[in-house]
Amino acid sequence: MRSNLLASAALTTILLAVPAVAQETKTIAVSVPAATHGWTGGVVYHAQKAAEEIQAAFPNIKVVVKTSPSAAAQVSALEDLSAAGNLDALVILPFSSDELTGPVQSVADAGTFITVVDRGLTDPAIQDLYVAGDNIAVGSTTAKFLVDSLGGKGDVVVLRGIPTVIDDERIQGFQEGLAGSDINILDIQYANWNSDEAFSLMQDYLAKYPHIDAVWANDDDMLLGVLEAIQQSGRTEIKYALGGNGMKEIIEKVMAGDPMTPIETPYPPSMIKTAIYMTAAQFNGQAPVRGTVKLDAPLITKDNAAEYYFPDSPF
Amino acid sequence: MSDITAMPAREPWLQRINWVDIGPFIALGILVIVGVLINPDFLSPTNIANVVTRSAFIAIIAVGATFVISSGGLDLSVGAMTAFVTGIMIMFMNAMVPSLGGNAIIAGMALALCVGALCGLFNGLIVTVGKIEPFIVTLGTMGIFRALITFMSDGGNIPLDRSLREPFRPVYYGSFAGIPIPILVSIAVASVGAFILYKTKFGRRCAAVGANEEVARFSGISVGRIRTLAFVIQGICVAIAAICYVPRLGAATPTTGQLWELQVITAVVIGGTALRGGKGRIWGTVAGAVILEMIANLMVLSNFISEYLVAAVQGIIIIIAMLVQRFSKQP
Repeated sequence: MRSNLLASAALTTILLAVPAVAQETKTIAVSVPAATHGWTGGVVYHAQKAAEEIQAAFPNIKVVVKTSPSAAAQVSALEDLSAAGNLDALVILPFSSDELTGPVQSVADAGTFITVVDRGLTDPAIQDLYVAGDNIAVGSTTAKFLVDSLGGKGDVVVLRGIPTVIDDERIQGFQEGLAGSDINILDIQYANWNSDEAFSLMQDYLAKYPHIDAVWANDDDMLLGVLEAIQQSGRTEIKYALGGNGMKEIIEKVMAGDPMTPIETPYPPSMIKTAIYMTAAQFNGQAPVRGTVKLDAPLITKDNAAEYYFPDSPF
Repeated sequence: MSDITAMPAREPWLQRINWVDIGPFIALGILVIVGVLINPDFLSPTNIANVVTRSAFIAIIAVGATFVISSGGLDLSVGAMTAFVTGIMIMFMNAMVPSLGGNAIIAGMALALCVGALCGLFNGLIVTVGKIEPFIVTLGTMGIFRALITFMSDGGNIPLDRSLREPFRPVYYGSFAGIPIPILVSIAVASVGAFILYKTKFGRRCAAVGANEEVARFSGISVGRIRTLAFVIQGICVAIAAICYVPRLGAATPTTGQLWELQVITAVVIGGTALRGGKGRIWGTVAGAVILEMIANLMVLSNFISEYLVAAVQGIIIIIAMLVQRFSKQP
């Protein structure tokens, strides 16, 4: 009887102690695709920066960043992360919606707070917080700038990326933004978000059309190729060559007041950082963050370019 | 015509023409005619210069691939290798700027050639010493080179130092006697390649090894050495292409040279070299590379092809070009 009492007392102490310890350190796992091109390179950079900064500021919060080169690898990474137990939150930029929905669901079932970034899951009910950019706005913000600066009329050519929802939405936003103006899209072709293909395509556009007022490449990698092709051609009638995403080389041009690329529209990889900070907020102070956050794609001009400039980031 | 009358003609001259040899040039001619009909701007000097200059990378790499394929090998790693060599070259040039200044370009070019040759040697030795199918070996090294460039660039891009951009630019954008430099480089590479393949002992052994490995071995040819050397030549060609490529955009990225291996193999095959080895056709390969780039150019210049169907039309044209060759063999 006496030993029983002692045992139960000891058990109670342990049971009480466990939650007390858990309250002291909160673990946030961050799962992102490995860096295979500029944008994901930026995501990895910002995720690691956020982890460092949060751990330095809040010693009770531990942030683990894990990169995965494929959807299958990301599923295994989730299993590894949750196998260790005591995962308080998961911030995930899913490789693909379909393949990751199930695995994220099982992490959520264990009581983990789920933050989804950029690419949504098939079942939005799983997530507690959703942070994403606005691809339609990337297109429409650029289109509105062109309508204003070209005086509502002119001829533009467009380079699009890899056939995906992201690309479709940007093009859709651009076309909607031009609607009602006299700006005419001369041509629109795929260049697969690749600077070499964009260079070739722009050379061909220049050969085909004797007069072009503006070019829109819906991604900055492609814009680099476009700019070289324009420079080589020596053509002077092209007033604007614009991109999108917020690559640092292009932001530098905007900051320097480049006449051909005076603006930029962001689809910033730093959205992962925003998401990690928001997730951490509830563990430090009591700041409930459930909901959906859509980061806008505002016009970046010379005045606000510094806000989107990360000189140390690979992107 | 004077050549033909001078020769003791036993059969009509039409039958003595080697249709496989000139097939790619006929296809090129037809393509040019179709091009002009589609859009008269096609033949503008600027457009032709652009298209042929752009085809230079594939043409130069494909000259190397002609050696590998005619010796019975295959190299799938050339695209990734280009990216890797480009990355190493740019990083080395940037590091050398403080001590060498503009000469960093020369040093970088020399290093690129060494790295390219070593990459080729690496492929060649694994294939010949390890006795593994070249398809598998180069599939593996393709992954390795691609991962290395991604690692070196952190997934972003490796830009060339600004002070080197202007002095290096002419290597792609410059011209000599009105002909763009990359075109001259590819003509030079193809001439040297043709000389080695057709006029030297090594070249003939290459074809012999590709035609029949056993027979070649019994006639005292060191099959392994010939095959390894073919891969080294491929590596050097990749490096030359990389040297012309860097000044174009002044950066290396993880997507540099993506899928070039397929374009290279297609150019070689359109050029009349058999994929199973045994006979290489250098000038046909060059024509093949120009044909590929020209088709892509025509897709943009024409107004009637939906942007969604471009790849399908390109595929159909390539298959038709191959069929034309196949049937023109027996006139």
